[in-house]
Amino acid sequence: MKPERQALMREIVTLLQAIAPELESDTLEPQRPLRQQLDLDSMDWLNFLVSLHQRFKVEIPESDYAQLVSLNDVGDYVSARLV
Amino acid sequence: MIDFKLPSLGADMDEGTLLSWHVQPGDRVKRGQVVAVVDTSKAAVDVEIWNDGVVAELKVAPGEKVPVGTVLATLREVGEMTESGPARQTQPSPVITRHPVSPLARKRARELGIDPDAVSGTGAQGSVTLADVEAAAQVRPAVTGKPAEPAAVDRQKEMRRAIAAAMSRSKREIPHYYLSETIPMALALAWLQERNKDLPITERILPAALLIKAVALALQRTPQLNGFFRDGAFQPSSTVHAGVAISLRGGGLVAPAIHAVETLPLMEVMSTLGDLVRRARAGSLRSSEMSDPTITITNLGDQGAEAVFGVIYPPQVALVGFGSMALRPWVNSGKLHALPLLTATLAADHRVSDGHQGALFLVELRDLLQKPQTLAQACTTPEEPCRNPP
Repeated sequence: MKPERQALMREIVTLLQAIAPELESDTLEPQRPLRQQLDLDSMDWLNFLVSLHQRFKVEIPESDYAQLVSLNDVGDYVSARLV
Repeated sequence: MIDFKLPSLGADMDEGTLLSWHVQPGDRVKRGQVVAVVDTSKAAVDVEIWNDGVVAELKVAPGEKVPVGTVLATLREVGEMTESGPARQTQPSPVITRHPVSPLARKRARELGIDPDAVSGTGAQGSVTLADVEAAAQVRPAVTGKPAEPAAVDRQKEMRRAIAAAMSRSKREIPHYYLSETIPMALALAWLQERNKDLPITERILPAALLIKAVALALQRTPQLNGFFRDGAFQPSSTVHAGVAISLRGGGLVAPAIHAVETLPLMEVMSTLGDLVRRARAGSLRSSEMSDPTITITNLGDQGAEAVFGVIYPPQVALVGFGSMALRPWVNSGKLHALPLLTATLAADHRVSDGHQGALFLVELRDLLQKPQTLAQACTTPEEPCRNPP
């Protein structure tokens, strides 16, 4: 993994920890659906997406929600939109 | 002199441990100001004061566990004379902003013997995370050598005990009856999708907010479901403080209130809900939110089971449950359709209402959700209700 990608993933995990404080980054499986893994309800998930939007200044239209499932998906989505 | 007592923070709380004071004797306080933090079996709660005044004496020290109703502090009314002259007025009390501490961080801090409120936070909105506490412990070694495990076990045990007490009381005292109704959600979801389409993420509304607003409006027709049963009689509430059940990570739940939901624009219901969920998780709920819900709403969300038949939270008299929304078969005009359906349930107190009234409520709820634009109608004051009662 490139260092920039690694840093980005670390930041995303930190945002997730604000919502799921018990989350340990090394137990997170990057391919598995995040909501299922972390037991996040729709409000948790929205709060997470809002924190992504605020931290990385990316717009996430509602029609894109379906693309954001696993940690890797979120990483890909954000890095593709970073300027 | 005014006595400031530990308020009840819900039926499952009969005592609390004072964690810290935000005020000192001589400080001037305003109604609604957070003056202390009290730890309950479920969460640390910011306790608000309900009078304007000047703090005379703090009666309970941090670390003390006291029953509900204990005088925590005494207040002088503004202008009330003391031996040393009029109350200090030139120096308004500083507004102390406590950064939220996650329940896990608070627990760990206690295990490590450090004050979590003194740790600088790096989480969202400066919240203190588990990592911050661990980091602080590295810098300043623990002062108590207590083993870590018992504290965690105690917290879980205490929360289980508190829920057990409230729910046993509910099942012992309240003759529940249950109703359920299937609600087609296609119109509501289509309306939400259209509304959210071009809006930034911070202004989008989730179905959960629409459901809470719909419950508050439907209750206008059936006031027998909204209020408290106390001292052998029903006390209806003129406004709907909707307690929203929020499950805590690591087990247990809290149901803090969104106040006067029927008067709030839909967007405000949404933002308050988001704020409550965030603060419930971060462990910074306010006493007023814990003590006065007039009805509870539990929403299993899209990952949950199909229907929920709730246990009423005393002294309330009803609980509305929403199961998971999913595409299911629905017959309309003799034709079979696949529609997003939602099962709404009502658990209500038979001492106060009958199945007929309960059914009217569910039918009203179903009909309101077929007219989502009605729910969205802005309404800002209690004098100007969102919808005229029929």
